[in-house]
Parts: sequence; C-alpha cells; structure tokens
Amino acid sequence: MTKLIKGTSRRGALKTLAGAAAGAASLPLWARYAQAQSSEPIRIGFQQHSTGIGAAYGRWYGRTTEAAVKLLNEGGGINGRMIEIIAEDDGTDPKRGAEVVEKFANQHGCDVGFGTLFSHVVIGSAPRAGELKLPYFVVSEGHHVASGMLNRYTLQPGITDVKSQVQAMAPYVSENLGKKVTMIFPDFAFGHDHRDFFTAAIEEQGGEVLEQIAIPPSETSFTKYFPQIPRDTEVLYHVMVGPAVLTFVKELGEFFGEQGPEIFGFIDSLEAVDISSPGLEFLEGTYFWEGMPRYAQEDQSEHEKFYREAVGVDENGASVSDPSDVSTYAHMFGCWETLHIIKAGMEASGYAGPLDRAKLIEAVEAMGEMPESRAHPQGAKRFNGKTHQVFGHQHISRVENGRLVRVHTTSIDDTMYPDEVDYTTQPL
Amino acid sequence: MSMGGRVLGLHLGLLVVLFALQFVLPAYHHGNIARIMVLASYAVGYNILFGYTGLLSLGHALFFAAGMYGMGLTIQHAGFTPAPALIVGIVAGALVAGGLALLALRTSGVAFMIVTLMFAQAGYLTILYFGEYTRGDEGFVIQQAQRVLWGVDLSDPTARYFAAWGLFSVCFLMSLWLVQSRFGGTLIAIRENEERVRMLGYDTYAHKLGAMVVSGTISAAAGAFYGLLFGYAGATFGSVQYSIFPLLWVLLGGAGTVLGPFVGTLFMFYLIDLSSGVTSAYMLIAGVALVALTLFAPQGLTGEVRRRLWKGLP
Amino acid sequence: MEFGPHLILATLEGAVTAAVLALTAVGLSLVFGVMRVVNIAHGEFYMLGAVIAWYVAQMVGGHPALGFVAALVIAPLVVGALAAAADVTILKRIEYDPERTIVATIGLLYIIQQLTLMTYGPEARPVEAPFGGRVELPWFDWFKTLFGMAQPWGWSITSYKLFVIFAAGAVLCGVWAMMARTRIGLLMRATQADRDMALAFGIPVERVYALVFGIGAGLAALGAVLIVPIQQAHYLMGVEPLLLAFIVVIIGGLGSLPGTVLAALFIGLSDGIISVFFSPTLAKILATLLVGLVLVFRPQGLFGTRTA
Repeated sequence: MTKLIKGTSRRGALKTLAGAAAGAASLPLWARYAQAQSSEPIRIGFQQHSTGIGAAYGRWYGRTTEAAVKLLNEGGGINGRMIEIIAEDDGTDPKRGAEVVEKFANQHGCDVGFGTLFSHVVIGSAPRAGELKLPYFVVSEGHHVASGMLNRYTLQPGITDVKSQVQAMAPYVSENLGKKVTMIFPDFAFGHDHRDFFTAAIEEQGGEVLEQIAIPPSETSFTKYFPQIPRDTEVLYHVMVGPAVLTFVKELGEFFGEQGPEIFGFIDSLEAVDISSPGLEFLEGTYFWEGMPRYAQEDQSEHEKFYREAVGVDENGASVSDPSDVSTYAHMFGCWETLHIIKAGMEASGYAGPLDRAKLIEAVEAMGEMPESRAHPQGAKRFNGKTHQVFGHQHISRVENGRLVRVHTTSIDDTMYPDEVDYTTQPL
Repeated sequence: MSMGGRVLGLHLGLLVVLFALQFVLPAYHHGNIARIMVLASYAVGYNILFGYTGLLSLGHALFFAAGMYGMGLTIQHAGFTPAPALIVGIVAGALVAGGLALLALRTSGVAFMIVTLMFAQAGYLTILYFGEYTRGDEGFVIQQAQRVLWGVDLSDPTARYFAAWGLFSVCFLMSLWLVQSRFGGTLIAIRENEERVRMLGYDTYAHKLGAMVVSGTISAAAGAFYGLLFGYAGATFGSVQYSIFPLLWVLLGGAGTVLGPFVGTLFMFYLIDLSSGVTSAYMLIAGVALVALTLFAPQGLTGEVRRRLWKGLP
Repeated sequence: MEFGPHLILATLEGAVTAAVLALTAVGLSLVFGVMRVVNIAHGEFYMLGAVIAWYVAQMVGGHPALGFVAALVIAPLVVGALAAAADVTILKRIEYDPERTIVATIGLLYIIQQLTLMTYGPEARPVEAPFGGRVELPWFDWFKTLFGMAQPWGWSITSYKLFVIFAAGAVLCGVWAMMARTRIGLLMRATQADRDMALAFGIPVERVYALVFGIGAGLAALGAVLIVPIQQAHYLMGVEPLLLAFIVVIIGGLGSLPGTVLAALFIGLSDGIISVFFSPTLAKILATLLVGLVLVFRPQGLFGTRTA
C-alpha cells in the first residue's frame, strides 16, 4: 500500500469521526446505498467470558454489545451491511481463548474479533490473532497492548489501560486524601501493575507507599492480612478482583470499624456488587476510581443517558428489569465504544471483506481525537495509533448516602505517558 | 507380549492418517488437530504413570508448566533460540519429575494424589510469586521472531502441524515401545500387584521412579512445545485444572491403552467445541457425557474396544 | 500492628477457617471412610448449600435471622436428597469403582456448576448475618503498660464469626454422637469396617451408602450456610473448599473423624499464623509444601493408623 492511499484513508477516518460527532444515527443511510458491495453481514466474533471467573463481567459485556449492535443495525449497519455478532465462550481461559480466536477466523469467517476482558485471555489469544491476521479489538483495560507485548493486529481503542488510570489518580489522592499510602492488591500481574504504576506516580507527587500487601489469588478470607497495614497510613489503596471481592471489602470494614485511614479503591473491588449490600455501610465517605460513574450523576450528558437506557441500566447502575442485578458499569462502555470504532474504521477504509483487514487496522491507527458523542458516551478519547491504546477521562467518586457521587474528573493529559512501542513499524 | 504386526500396523496407521490429514483438513480443523496432538502427547505422558503404573497423580500440571516455563523463560530472559530452549524445558521437566518422585513415591494411593497435588499447587504459586519474570497469571507472549526453529517459522500453520505431529509421533511410539518392553511389563505388573512384583525380586521403587521421570519428561515436552507453537506461556497452565485434564482425557480414551490418550483428547476437545456451537451450556453437555461414559463405557473408549473386540490391544 | 495482637487475630481468623473446613471435610471424610470413593463434586454440594441459603433468605424475608434459620434446615436437606439421588442413579450403577467415580463426579461437578450458572447467575450474592456486631476484643493490661493507651486497628472480630466457631463445634459433636451412639452410626461403622461382612449380616449396604452420601453432602451444605454470611454465594465457590477438605481428610488419616477435625485445625491455623511471618503468597507456598511434606513422611496422615 502506498503512502498516498494511506493518506486518503486517514482523511476518510477523520471525516467519519466528525460525522459521528455530529450524531452517529444520521450517518449511515447514505452509506447503505453508496458503499454496499455485499448483502452479507459483517461478522464480529465476540470472545465472551460466559463461564469461569469472568462470568459476571461477560454477562454485562454481552448486554452492552447487544444494545450497541441493535443501535448500529437500526442505523443501517456498517457500510450498509448488518452486523452479526458471533459469541463464543472462552471460559475465561487463555487456552480456550486462543482456540476461540482460531474459530472466529477459520470457522465462522469473522471479519474481526472483539470483546475480551481478562488480561491473561487477551495475552493468550493475541498471538493467534496476529498470526491469522484477524483484527482483534480488546476491551480489557490491561497495559498489555500499550506495553508492546502484543502485535499490530491487536488494538484497545474503547477503554483506557490500567497504567493511565492509576497514574491519573495519584495527584488527587496525594492532594486530598494523604501522602502516606498503603496498597492492597491481588498478587498477580493485574495487581502488580497497580503496585508499580501507582507507587511511581505517588512518589512523583511527593507521597510515599508505606507498605504493599499482595493477597494471594483464590484467597477467601482477608482479615489476617490487614494487621500488616502500618499505623501511620493516611490512605488505604485497594483493588481486588474475582468472586471474593465483597468479602474483602466487608472484612476491611469490620477490621477498621469507625476508625481508620482514608480509603481509596478501584471500583473493580466492587464491580457488579451493590454498594448498599449489608456490611458495606463503612464505605460511606470513601473514594473510588470509576471508568464511568455507575450512578446517574446530576450533570449526566444526553449521550450517557441514551447509552444507559439503550443497555437497560437504571440510574443506580443496576438492570432495569432486576434492581439486584448490578452492572459492570465502569468497564462495559468499552464494548459500546469499540463497536462504534470498528464501524468508523470499516467505513473510513471502505472495508469490503477479510482482504481489507489491513486497511481496517490502518484506518483505526489513523484515528486520533474522538469527541464525546453517542458513540463515545463515556467522554472524549484520544487514540494513539502507535501504541494502539486509547486515553480518556477518569473519574473519582465518593460514597455519599449509599451512592457513588463523582467528585473529580481528570483531564486526558493527566493520563498520558510516553510511548513504549510503535506497532506501525510492524508489517501488516 | 510381542509386537504383533496388526498392532504395529494400527498404531503406525494412525500416525500416517494424522500426517495425511493436513493436506485435506480445512484451516480450522487443521489448527485443532495440531493442538490436539500436542495435548495428546501430554496425555500420553500421563498415561504411562497412571494407566500403566497405576499411580494417580494430581500434579502433572507441574511438569507441563516446568516444560513451558523452562522453554519460555530462557527465550524471554536469556535470549535462547527455540532448540536449546526446548531442551531446557524438557530437562527442567525431567529434573522436577525426578525430584518430586523421590519424595512422592514414599507414598501411594490417595496420599500420593495429595502429595503431587500439593507440590503442583506450590509450583503454581511459585510462578505467581516470581511475577517479575513470569508475569504471573497474565503470562507472556513468545514473539513470532523468537519462534523460528532452524529457519522454520513455527507460527506458520504447516510448520506447526509438522512440529506437533513430530512430537506426538515420538511420544506415541515411545509409549508403544515402552509398554511392550520388559520395563513396561514390570510397570503393568506393579499396577496389578506391587507386593508380588517386589517379592519376585524386582526393585519396584526404581521402576516407579523411572516411570514417573519418563511420564514427567513427556509432559514437559508437551508443555514446552505448546508454549512454543502457540506463542504463549501463562500460569493457568500450571493450575489444578491442567492436572485434572490429562486424567480426564486418559480415563475417557481408555487408561492403560496406547491409543487411549489420543482418542480421549480428541473426543473431549470436539465434545466441547461442537456443543459450544449448539448451546452456551456446553459444560452441561460435557458433564452429562462424562457421566454417561462412566455408566456405559467404564473402561474408556479404547478400553471398550479392547474389551469387546480386540483383546490384545496394548 | 504490634506482634502480639496480630498473632492472636491471625489465630482467631484461622479458627474460623478451621471451623468451616472441619464441617466441609467431615462430610467428605464420612463418604471417603465408609464408601472408599473420592467425591470430586463435594465442593459443588457445598456451593449448592450456599446458593440455596441465598434463595431461602430471599423468600423468607423479614429479620435476617428467620431466613438464616430456615436455610440451616432446608439447605442441608435439599442438598442431601440431591446427593442421595445421585448416589442411587449414578454411583451405585458404576459399583463405586474408584476411578469411574472420579470421572462421574467430575461430570456431576460440571452439571451442577452449569445449572447454577444458568439459574442463579455469575454474581457473588451476600446473605445477611442473623446478628453480627463488631466485638472489640478485651484489651490486656500488659499491653497498656508497654505500648500506651492506643488501641491497634482491627483488634476485633465479629460476633458472627465467633458463633461460627461454636456452631461448627456443636455440629461436629452431633456427628460424633450420631456415629458413636445411634443405630445408623453403628451400621455405617460396620460398613466402613468390612463391607462384605456387613452385607453378610444383612445390613442394607446400598441404602447405607446412599444415606452416607446424602449426609456427607448435607454437612457440606450446612458448612456453606454457616459461611455464607461471611463469604458470598458464588457458583465457583466450591473449588477451593474441595481441595482444602480433601487435604484435611488425608492429613487427618482416612475416615478418622477426630483426625479430620484436628487436621482442619492444623491447616486452618497454620494458614492464618504463617501469614503473620511471611509475605502472603510465600506463606501459601510454605503452607502447601508443609502439607505435602507431612504426607511424605507420614503417608497414613497425622492421626491415621491404617496405611492408605
């Protein structure tokens, strides 16, 4: 492919994005007639965590995906072609994940793969996606994409990564909560990312991490680890994932009772869990990172309101049909936004079929600023085509009267860090 | 037991069919069979200890992971090329198997199960503990450029199929030869009645030690190849689940038969793959199938063939 | 935290772990001892107990204690009945062959997990404790003189956790009484000692087996009902207790009830106490190796007499 063509496709991408900003729904009607080369649907392989430890996330990733596809298809699909989601369960297992990617590419004839959350599944699957030259859009918040570990065919355009999230928290924590921090995190790679990135970021702010408490995986009782928290801790930073998260937070509350330091946590510790569950009263007044505020805020944008309704989430972040079914609101918007980006990329590159996969990758790499819109209800984003990673606003919320109320939103610049890789130098 | 012509023909025939299949299979199944051959090699290794020696280990993931990480870590951190890295992986597996055998073979029966389980669990946790090097549960990618063996890019489907076929052939024929050798005969005798074998003057401990090392080494080879061929090493492969898999495959295919591990692996793989296409509740189907098999084919698929049709099948 | 309180807290936490472990393991030990089979689905019966407790608590409503008490009765009965049915339909027909039982119970595990996922869902759901204030632990004088007035953080436990320790003790005494003092216990012990002899004496061994399998699963469910106000009901929660219970049974010596209880204490406490001295994951590694080595040098278990 020559530079000239690449240039046009980049311009095309920008044009589409501008259109998307103006209102995504009005866009594709012309496309249906202008660009329809085939009535075949666009097949998107959805690697879903339906079973295994990721199942609670998988269910909501599924609902969000369904809602986004419904919207996109009602608006004319992609280039006039309907979107068909082919969901395969990966059991939240990297071996099965790789097999599922092969199935997408070789069995189902999918145009792209999409939707993986858990980092180990992403890392286990990405090499196969690269070899099969299947564009692989992950929604994982892992730092694996931007770290350069993966390949040109793996992108994360719909959700920010843990490194940018964590480092953007440090200024607020050190200015408002305290400078002496103790961290509690799971003792595996995701937790280590938190440990390393936050420790560096808080030191830059003139703070320090007093103690790092790594909890072994599959641990079900936590109180025995809490005495290691030093007495002069001003802020307790916690992040936990897996089925035992609620036990963890409850025992934290039982441990401290009324006294205790300021508490700052990643909502991952309570994703899909009701904040008003019995035993969580102590969370009142504590702080959480949220990718997207679970409770509808007073100033919520029209785009977010639309998104919330489309997915079927009430203003407390639970399912409209079952208030006890709490969503994974802080993460699942990534599916919605990623699908819109796949659409924008395919339309910008004039994607007609699997032979155009390379053009699709280049079109997405050419994306830059993405304004807040119906396609990006979480807020504006900035995609880095070299590292294949998107950057966006982060939120800090405080628990007030049993609801999460947003108290701070970072700028996108707060979340940026120097590039660690340039995927565009790899061959397509 | 002499190696009858029919027996040899059957087993070589399988290898020939597997070799020929690559020219006709569609891409998806081509990839699957490559994967199944590597996993079946793991099951072949497991079968030597469980099926022929009668020792039920719940810790084989330790050997699989030793192979995978012995290979992966030397490529990742020491800049090894695939050939020496594979050797490191296999040797690591042999050493770990030998070390564990020295301890675990002091026990038998359920205690043996637990000892192997415990050490495998400790191994899994060790992978997480050294997350700085292993990237813990997340694991790490072995990049395409690091996977070129003697000028052959192992990420290429044909090359991968050949490599998997080569590994499986070696393990499979080794297993066939082993169980028909004097050594293998003694192992089977130990399985049937260890006390009697000991009284006949055999050193049963040495035989079991040998079986465990061979079994662990083959498992490690499978682990090393798996990581290299599919470009990923992660702690999941060291978890309990991956100790239970080969047990399941071998029991399904027929414990104590040479063909059993392959048949069981193939059956289980496609059972899950096909039923997941029909319903999201594929685990339910797998569960029902397992229960049904124990009810109606108690010796596993190959075991039933041996019981009903072909008594002399090794 | 200062070393002393830290150690005591870890011990208390270890005691809670041990209590639940003992309940889960005693059920497995019964099955293991009497029937000589490994029930891989045992953890799933535990999980079912917790899930049923959640359903019962939802349905009963009112004060949390009502639902809790109802669950204490209903969950073990339902789970026990299910297990007995599985025994009669599956295990009996494969003649309790050890290897086939493993495969069949792995199959059962898949079936139970998937059905739970499809009906109950993937979320971890809490059940409210019937009571459960935070108990500030008594403060020793010698601490005051040494370290001053300040009370360390977390020098407390919940009353519910204390209750769990006592409840588990009571249930275990009940199981012991059943085995030692009742006719059905006698039948079980006779079957355990010599199956063929029991048959010859006209003991309905098959019914005893079904009963034992049911009671074993019911005990696991009971343990789960007790633990579910502390941990939450989740469809994958059975995996960890299965492994631990399994270990406890072997360490305790096959089929020995007192041994099982002592082993549960040993493992629960060592897990808690080792975590005081080492970094958590290292502590887990050491605890795991310790269990392995105990068996290497005492294959019959710490308290067993018969070789396995």
